[in-house]
Amino acid sequence: MEKETVIEVKNLTKAYGAFKAVNDISFEVYKGEIFGFLGANGAGKTTAIKMLTGIITSTSGDGSVAGYNINKQRDKLKENIGYMSQKFSLYEDLTLMENVEFYGGIYGLSKKQIIDKATLMLDRLHMNHIKDTLISDIPLGWKQKIAFSVAIIHDPKIVFLDEPTSGVDPITRRQFWDLIYQAVEDGITVFVTTHYMDEAEYCDRISMMVDGEIYAIGSLQYLLNKYDSKTMDEVFIKIARG
Amino acid sequence: MINIKNIKKSYGDITAVDDITIHVRKGQLFGLIGPDGAGKTSLFRMLTSLLIPDEGSAVIMGYDTVKDYRKVRNILGYMPERFSLYMDLSVEENLNFFATVFNTTIEENYHLIKDIYKVLEPFKDRRAGDLSGGMKQKLALCCALIHKPEVLLLDEPTTGVDPVSRKEFWEMLKSLQTKGFTTFVSTPFLDDAELCDEVALIQDGKILDMDSPQNIAKKYPHKLWSISASNNYKLLRAIGNYEKKKSAFAFGNSVHLATANEVEIEEIQNYLKSIIDYDFEIKPIEPNIEDAFMELMKEE
Repeated sequence: MEKETVIEVKNLTKAYGAFKAVNDISFEVYKGEIFGFLGANGAGKTTAIKMLTGIITSTSGDGSVAGYNINKQRDKLKENIGYMSQKFSLYEDLTLMENVEFYGGIYGLSKKQIIDKATLMLDRLHMNHIKDTLISDIPLGWKQKIAFSVAIIHDPKIVFLDEPTSGVDPITRRQFWDLIYQAVEDGITVFVTTHYMDEAEYCDRISMMVDGEIYAIGSLQYLLNKYDSKTMDEVFIKIARG
Repeated sequence: MINIKNIKKSYGDITAVDDITIHVRKGQLFGLIGPDGAGKTSLFRMLTSLLIPDEGSAVIMGYDTVKDYRKVRNILGYMPERFSLYMDLSVEENLNFFATVFNTTIEENYHLIKDIYKVLEPFKDRRAGDLSGGMKQKLALCCALIHKPEVLLLDEPTTGVDPVSRKEFWEMLKSLQTKGFTTFVSTPFLDDAELCDEVALIQDGKILDMDSPQNIAKKYPHKLWSISASNNYKLLRAIGNYEKKKSAFAFGNSVHLATANEVEIEEIQNYLKSIIDYDFEIKPIEPNIEDAFMELMKEE
């Protein structure tokens, strides 16, 4: 049986003048996968993610995400994906519950759906006691867990996580990954970038960008064998140092 | 070199830095290790005289950061958490600016930055805003060094930086140490801690432990095992109910299980075989600083 794809891109390129930030990349992400999207600073990850999430169009090449064309159906695409990063997540001067209502509304959920989702979410996160607390008064690690739950409130096919655990303490970082695994069990596909190489090892497949191109892609075991390494940290350094 | 004594800082009801005492000796590479919100930046801002402590004091080379703040600012090389260079100035213009502010020239102290600056030199006419993350950090370090400070204060210089640039940055710090610099550096990455001579692990404004990274790892109170299987998430769940478990955490491709010291490998093997039907590998391991940090967090 052929695997269902959630991301499919072919020869995707984004050029700024003569500089190709993303240079002819092609890859697929399958349903239910945790896909690690790695690369050095400046390798083109952010530009690639912007094309995959419908924020910018490609210079050439094409693809689809969650069943929608990344150039021609960008509005539809945005409605059907989830996104969170450390930089952009929740509104600091709204309460936890207000953020949930706001994002639920943006994604077109009914009042009842929002309440049902919120109940389930607060229960899972054990955060019922802080539902009326301002986000600015909630510690970072908790905030990131809330942001993730809000990013998938509309049951998207895929969620994009851009360095979601940057600066988070080691225990909360692991709890965050528990949430990722739960989401996968609920049928959501996860696309994640991280600078923590232990987290890269939690992914089903990992791709590694170098100078705008996808230099290597495969399961952890495949990459460890191919680059004769014991850890993903070693693989990363071997590839990025050339 | 740096004497921080019972220092405290609160913002309203929140105590950001709660009675911290740290001594950094001359020539040390000292790491302040902890997550965002632990109080690292508040402490740095007090050391650099940008923030006045509520209680306690910080003295750098004999100069008090409140009373002698002018002197303190001259002997410090400070790299703030947020990229603080002028984005619209070129690489060289930024460096020149920082040299001029401190009444010196690039030429006079070029020897200090040479090893770091040589990778930037081909791009010296590029706007700082157009540099990649790793390059920006290198330039910021050069700017902090150019007035030949006695002490380097680096607040999360490797946050948001990829693993290779991070490694290179730490190699630079090691090499600066051989030139006699005293460095006080903060990071949320626990593997960075192992490269420091001494570290303070900090959480919620308090120090959890302070020692050499080797000693901190040695103080870990349990026996530690590394277990790997095809699906670590399932494995972790399976271990969850093990009555001899002190803790179990995912560590990349394996799970670290802590048990009481008298537990033998056969016992764990037999237990796992009774609850899971897939292959696994288990071996005893030495704890690392991340194991130690999580144990200390749990005790709090």
